[in-house]
Amino acid sequence: MTTEHLRESATFDRAAIAAIQRAAETGVYDIRGWGAKRPLPHFDDLLFLGASMSRYPLEGYREKCGTDVVLGDRNAAFPLHLDIPVTIAGMSFGALSAQAKEALGRGASEVGTSTTTGDGGMTPEERGQSKHLVYQYLPSRYGMNLEDLLKADAIEIVLGQGAKPGGGGMLLGQKISDRVAGMRTLPPGIDQRSACRHPDWTGPDDLAIKILELREITDWEKPVYVKVGATRTYYDVKLAVAAGADVVVVDGMQGGTAATQDVFIEHVGIPTLAAIPQAVQALQELGLHRKVQLIVSGGIRTGADVAKAMALGADAVAIGTAALIALGDNHPRYAGEYEQLGSAAGFYDDFQDGRDPAGITTQDPELAARLDPVEGGRRIANYLRVLTMEAQTLARACGKAHLRHLEPEDLVALTIEAAAMARVPLAGTSWIPGGGL
Amino acid sequence: MEPLTTEPVTTQPLTTRIDLDTSPVRDLNAKLHTGSVEACEVLNPQGKHALAVGLRHPVTVDVRGHAGYYCAGMNDGGTVTVHGSVGVGVAENMMSGTVRVKGDASQSAGATGRGGLLVIEGSASMRCGISMKGIDIVVGGDIGPMSAFMAQAGRLVVCGDAGEALGDSIYEAHLYVRGSVASLGADCVEKPMHDEHRAELAELLSAAGFDHDPAEFHRYGSARTLYHFAAANSAAY
Repeated sequence: MTTEHLRESATFDRAAIAAIQRAAETGVYDIRGWGAKRPLPHFDDLLFLGASMSRYPLEGYREKCGTDVVLGDRNAAFPLHLDIPVTIAGMSFGALSAQAKEALGRGASEVGTSTTTGDGGMTPEERGQSKHLVYQYLPSRYGMNLEDLLKADAIEIVLGQGAKPGGGGMLLGQKISDRVAGMRTLPPGIDQRSACRHPDWTGPDDLAIKILELREITDWEKPVYVKVGATRTYYDVKLAVAAGADVVVVDGMQGGTAATQDVFIEHVGIPTLAAIPQAVQALQELGLHRKVQLIVSGGIRTGADVAKAMALGADAVAIGTAALIALGDNHPRYAGEYEQLGSAAGFYDDFQDGRDPAGITTQDPELAARLDPVEGGRRIANYLRVLTMEAQTLARACGKAHLRHLEPEDLVALTIEAAAMARVPLAGTSWIPGGGL
Repeated sequence: MEPLTTEPVTTQPLTTRIDLDTSPVRDLNAKLHTGSVEACEVLNPQGKHALAVGLRHPVTVDVRGHAGYYCAGMNDGGTVTVHGSVGVGVAENMMSGTVRVKGDASQSAGATGRGGLLVIEGSASMRCGISMKGIDIVVGGDIGPMSAFMAQAGRLVVCGDAGEALGDSIYEAHLYVRGSVASLGADCVEKPMHDEHRAELAELLSAAGFDHDPAEFHRYGSARTLYHFAAANSAAY
């Protein structure tokens, strides 16, 4: 039956109706993976002003455009020296299979960048294959132990993530295998709840002491990152830096999750585009921009996104969802199996269910075995190289000999919203709407 | 509390003495991490933070006075005695070893601890044993509210009273309280004491140096009704 002659409610559209019906039938809220799916102002709403008469471009095939970055040299004896400014974001063993974690480590190491643990501890597969491994320090402290802390190359204290600022983690029972349960000290098969607040500190004054403790435990060798979900980013960054963070990670609301309430994903936080200028302003006012490094995540897909984030003031970016896609998530080769799960290639977000045909967001041994860590690592390395080369292409066009030389002056916005959030002028004008903070 | 710095040194003759009036905490921890120190006496701690953290060798440390936050944090094999009181997060995330506090402890004592024994001879404030993951904690006095929140594994023994919402959202930790419990948290219930529990408790009391009769204690643990997300549980949160 055709519906062209019928009028759909803009308020109660088919998606809203389906959500009400689902809630009424099941009595539970919708939990899913991925990040915000709603349309948001994003990097696509920005354009670079390539060089012409008033700026000189660099020759793409002859003149070098540097990509390296040093993270955490403010206090640590051994900061991270990365060859490219694209890192792998924290994703837990538990949410991901051991094979996926190993593949991420292999790919990242091949191109000289870092990968990050998650809410579940460090696996030997991941440590063994990761040249630079960031160990997350989360409210749950699942899998947190001294031995692994000493093996880490950096420590990331997680206050929140873009998909759920203010919320704790979830891992549903079907993914709590014996190995995952053992690492988290939980009974197998239960629906795991992670706390949303750290158990032994509250507030920025306490955080300063917590950072001190972690430095003392590790003899001031390792950089300490602080990760926040993007909300009151200006204030959060100022407080994190005041507490002693060497690196601040800001995750916008497009950042992914393995399992979170849909209502949380779609209705809490601010877009990545809006968060970056707030973070940069905070760092600049402290006189610490480029001294305390800023890593931005949440919706990075292309080298253009990388370059734009850096032009707005980030020192590096982190990818999560995009890395999973590079590994094979939502690949058309699994189209039939996605349909059997009630989804489709390109739409699959039921990471919480643990039945991922691509063997990435699962603990099922048979499904996980589908992912070859070596081949997965090659795909990740390929993708990271493409992101880097794309970003270099844009930077050279703007006359920049290093990605970190990109600046807001290189950008214009296509929409008023993006101009206001990114604090760059609307294209063809000198107008930057809004007054900042 | 009266300073206890005049108490005789209980450690072996090879004791290293570090005076925090003249040495930074950083030097103390660095020395303790080398593995070359068998015993260390810390003088004039003055409530400084992060004392004797990240111990990874079987070193014995005596802190002569009060310590600040995270004393003996992430201890893995050390024996630490604080001859005074401690701030927030004593022995947080302890892996193994023993930490003894002669005085009282502030919030989050033994938080997320995975092993070893924490003894607090005085009382502990709120959130004692929060998210504990295998540590044993014995408190001579009382504990504050929200203690053993989301406690996953290990044993918490309280010789005095427990504050409100004990064991909220508890998993598999064992709780023993000798005195009164102001209230139990969500999914925490009183459970019968069987011989195995009395034996477990007697062992813990003995290890901690208390001579209470296990028969005077009540046992609490998880009702396991919140282990799965279900609409019927919505009122529990």
